[in-house]
Parts: sequence; C-alpha cells; structure tokens
Amino acid sequence: MVYAVVLAARDKRIDWTVLGAVGVVEVGLVAQLVVGIVQYAATDRDVSGPFFIGYLIGSLIILPIGAFWALAESSRWGAGALAIACLVIPILELRLHDLWAV
Amino acid sequence: MTDPAATKHGPGRILIAVYGVFALAATARAGVQIATKFGDAPIAYLLSAVAAVIYCAATFALAKATVVSRKVATAAIAIELAGVIAIGAFSYAVPDDFPDATVWSHFGQGYGFVPLVLPVLGLLWLRRTR
Repeated sequence: MVYAVVLAARDKRIDWTVLGAVGVVEVGLVAQLVVGIVQYAATDRDVSGPFFIGYLIGSLIILPIGAFWALAESSRWGAGALAIACLVIPILELRLHDLWAV
Repeated sequence: MTDPAATKHGPGRILIAVYGVFALAATARAGVQIATKFGDAPIAYLLSAVAAVIYCAATFALAKATVVSRKVATAAIAIELAGVIAIGAFSYAVPDDFPDATVWSHFGQGYGFVPLVLPVLGLLWLRRTR
C-alpha cells in the first residue's frame, strides 16, 4: 500500500513544469506520511523508525521550499531549480522503499 | 566587482537548490545518526555533522549573495572541497575508522559523487560571478 502511494507520487512528478502537479504530488506525499506512519506502527518487522519517519517528513518539505525558491526566479533557471527539487523526491522514495523492505 | 546579487540568479539558482538539498540531507542524516547510534562510529558521525554545518553555511551564504556572504560561501566551499578529498582519501586508506558512511566517504560515492563535483562547480560559479 505504501508502495502504491510511492508510485503514484513518482508518476506525477513528470509534470514538474506545472505547479499544480507539484501540489498534487505534495498531497500524495502527505497521504504517504499518514499511511507510512500507520503502517510503521502496525508492522512488527525491524524497520528503522527514525530513518523511515525522517524520510517521510523530509520528503514533505522539499517541494514547497523548491517551489518557493523557483518562483523567486522567473527564468528557466527557476524551473531548473524546481526540477532539482522534484528529482529529489524519487530518490527519497527509493530510499524509503529500501528502508521498508529491510 | 559586479553586482554580488548575481550569485543567486541564473545557473546559481540551480546550484543553490542542489546545495539546499545537500544541506537538508546532511543535517537530517547527521541528526539521526548522532541521536540514535553515536557510539557506533563517532568519528564518522561527527564528520557528518561538520559536513552538514558547511553545507548549510554554503547554501545560506550563496543565497544571501552579498559581498560578505560571497566570502563566507567561498570559504565554506573551499573547506567542503578539502573535506571531501581528505575524507574520501582517508575512507579508502583506513576504512576501519569509518565503519559507517559519511556524506564524504569514498568521495561521495553514496551520493553519485555529487559531493565531489559540487564544490568545484561552486567555486567556478563564484569566480565567474565575481
């Protein structure tokens, strides 16, 4: 279930030029945080709590900061900065997936 | 001396974004490592913390883009470059001292060698916008 949310979030990131798409991904990430915490609380496997929760929370703050940073520069470099922020999300998702798989 | 604010515009925008990501990642990583298992590899975790501080300093100094902050950024990035080379070399030479990875171990291999490339780009960018 976490993985489904993960994939959804990753698919959406292709539309990084549209701030709305970033917003959708962000909502997905919030859902992922909630689902992730619920799943973490329910599992009896040895998932590294601080790292897992840390990555879940960390993934939330990347896009807003990236969007804010990108908006202040109205050129292609601003979009590039946002692209960097978006690029971080799948990396975090892969790490999350590894952490969950243990 | 041209407008120091040029540092944060154009390609600098992307450079600072990447620095921000590393500042965040290094801070979070060092925080969790030190809080949860400091005894396992104190040297590595302290170095993680040092790296985190340097990344944060470089990010904010580049983003502030004043005459003074450019000097701070230059110093921070120079230390960063020296650090990644030194830690990278040491982590190969005496791996026993590095039972757990830092951001700079093996020249930043765990981060796609970005930590090695980033300070070079940073210094070139500061030079170019001088």
